[in-house]
Amino acid sequence: MQADIDFSHYLKRAGGGLIHLDLAVEGINCAGCMAKIERNLSTIPDVTSARVNLTDSRLALEWKAGTIDPALFVSRLAELGYKAYPFERDDAETLEAQRAQGLLRRLGVAAFAAMNVMMLSIPVWSGNVSDMLPEQRDFFHWLSALIVLPAAAYSAQPFFSSALSALRARGVNMDVPISIGIVLALVTSVIETVNHAEHAYFDAAIMLIAFLLAGRYLDQNMRRRTRAFAGNLAALKAETATKFISPTEIGTVPAAAIRSGDIVLLRPGERCAVDGSVIEGRSEIDQSLITGETLPVMVTPGSAVFAGTLVRSGTLRIRASAAAGGTLLDEISRLLDHALQARSRYPRLAERASRLYAPVVHATAFLTMLGWLAYGAGLHDSIVTAIAVLIITCPCALGLAIPAVQTVASGALFGSGVLLNAGDAIERIAEIDRVIFDKTGTLTLPELDVANCAEIPDDVLRLAGRLALSSRHPVAAAIARKAAAASPLPDIQEEPGQGVHGFCDGHPIRLGRPSFCGADGLANEILCRDPEASVVAFSHGGSRYVFAVRQRLRPDAADVVAGLARMGVAVEIVSGDREPAVRLAATQLGVHEWRAGVSPVDKIARIEELARQGCKVLMVGDGLNDAPALAAAHASMSPATATHMSQAVADAVFLGERLAPVLSAVKVSRKALRLMRQNLWLAVVYNVLAVPIAIAGLVTPLIAAAAMSGSSVIVMLNALRARAREAA
Amino acid sequence: MEVLVILVPLALALGFLGLLGFLWSLKSGQYDDLDGAAWRAIADDEPVSDHGRSK
Repeated sequence: MQADIDFSHYLKRAGGGLIHLDLAVEGINCAGCMAKIERNLSTIPDVTSARVNLTDSRLALEWKAGTIDPALFVSRLAELGYKAYPFERDDAETLEAQRAQGLLRRLGVAAFAAMNVMMLSIPVWSGNVSDMLPEQRDFFHWLSALIVLPAAAYSAQPFFSSALSALRARGVNMDVPISIGIVLALVTSVIETVNHAEHAYFDAAIMLIAFLLAGRYLDQNMRRRTRAFAGNLAALKAETATKFISPTEIGTVPAAAIRSGDIVLLRPGERCAVDGSVIEGRSEIDQSLITGETLPVMVTPGSAVFAGTLVRSGTLRIRASAAAGGTLLDEISRLLDHALQARSRYPRLAERASRLYAPVVHATAFLTMLGWLAYGAGLHDSIVTAIAVLIITCPCALGLAIPAVQTVASGALFGSGVLLNAGDAIERIAEIDRVIFDKTGTLTLPELDVANCAEIPDDVLRLAGRLALSSRHPVAAAIARKAAAASPLPDIQEEPGQGVHGFCDGHPIRLGRPSFCGADGLANEILCRDPEASVVAFSHGGSRYVFAVRQRLRPDAADVVAGLARMGVAVEIVSGDREPAVRLAATQLGVHEWRAGVSPVDKIARIEELARQGCKVLMVGDGLNDAPALAAAHASMSPATATHMSQAVADAVFLGERLAPVLSAVKVSRKALRLMRQNLWLAVVYNVLAVPIAIAGLVTPLIAAAAMSGSSVIVMLNALRARAREAA
Repeated sequence: MEVLVILVPLALALGFLGLLGFLWSLKSGQYDDLDGAAWRAIADDEPVSDHGRSK
């Protein structure tokens, strides 16, 4: 497979006659791997740099142009035991990475400013209680202003712009009270400094910005990491396509290099890597990954095909891009837009907290001012006290309470094979009380498997597997995989549409349609028992066997369904497949509620019906037909084998053959949500303790600084508890 | 207290140098692979080549 990779799409000129290549490498998980790979590849002559990125499991290579065939690196890595494939950062990942780096830069500026201001603040705090000259204090205050004002103007921009856009949309988010707090603290401090007053809050303001930026950076870095990992997964799928480079010539290129309008050749047994429409040829295709329907359908010129389609019988020429109007894809895109709009209206925990928080805090400050005025204090003193209330309540801990838990919990989820697409996914997954599973590709494995192994002797299976290696038919491929066959039999002929035949140990040997092998009776027997299976017959001399090939349930599907039920979560199957197939899966798993033959529109309708009844639904699905339902559900997950569109809209993607990540996602999320709530309560307790001091007018900048960092540290420590793994 | 005229600008200049250093390290990609960097620090050195070993 790797011999025919076309690397030209991925090679980049790095300047100075060097070529740069990025590889996604599977299996790098320790420092040993890193050293082994780097040392080995550096010994290749003319390689100027080989550097592993352990965080993202990637390898960056540079070498002198024109001296090395890049395929050498892939084969060298294969010898070392690592599967590698070239990749290119997609736009979404580049954007997330830029955002993360921008936040880190702002965090750096704010943190350095905070440290330098502390150097000026501590003398003032200690001087105020002893014998500091007012001129010296003013000098230090002015210096602080000189550092903090530009630093704050630069580093607090994310909060200001987010608050502005929330206000423009006539809403309130967490950034509104934050921005008001920062601006008021800075303005008051400048005014106080001009008036030679004792207290200025420059240090508190910049420290607040630094703590909050730390929270934002953690959140952003989690997203960046998920994107990077998803990018690796896409690269390691190593999707290639056979493209017509001229009207008569074909070449194998990476799927990423196919542009709209390119003509692609699809042979039997191949999975289509692009969306497009058929321009030539007829074939049965298996669209089970897209529609959930396991029965093959016939396509002719003009039919639309989608990435993920398996070609079963004929050869097709496809024009890339899904330009054909009125297709399934158009319908799905429309439903998807609608569902995504609905989801963005769901308020996050942080937003709900800030909706409550902002009015309460602002009212308290205002009442404090009125109270002091009524008590007979001057206007200036009353305003300063009110502002002290705003500064001390500025939601430092609140801003960290949620991102800190999300980051730690997403790390724990990462360990159990779940990648989060959205930061607030944890909250939503934690709240669910019902799971809807799609069947095909979600409860079942995407690849076909031999179902009746137990009835067939091992040596027969091994022999059939070796014979199957000579056929490209997907059903034959399933037998070869099951038998773990590696050495094909010699001199095997293929009868198109019938099967393969040859000789072994002097006896004729055949694999193919039951009629081709004279095993119709046996096959009918199996089909009566299991009408969903594809049958393939095998004959060797006089003995005949029939394999039933079908999609197999994920090995731990039943355990997961039982586990969810134990947690009080209702389970339901909603599938686009036909009734008998869904009924069988439901009985095997012990699921009582199931629906078959459901269209994408009806899937959404079912989810909306449940939502109206007050259920919070977690949709788990993989097909293109599931994408709108994934977006419409309260929370959603899809396996890493899902179509691109489904992966993009799902809140989380899970890896591997097992379904267990769904269960652990629910467990970890529930624990994380508990910790988030605890953190919010800790922030409230802090405010209940600190606000009376502020109202009494006793807050000095020293108290503000201590309270702010104290509460942030406590919230962070509590968040770290999410790391403790649940006892299974 | 005149010493402040020298000490304060000096302290600020040092702080500013530190910031520049951070921005430089950020720009040169030193925070791109924090997991890897942690291990690189304790990894064994490259085996010394033969002529380098002779003392």
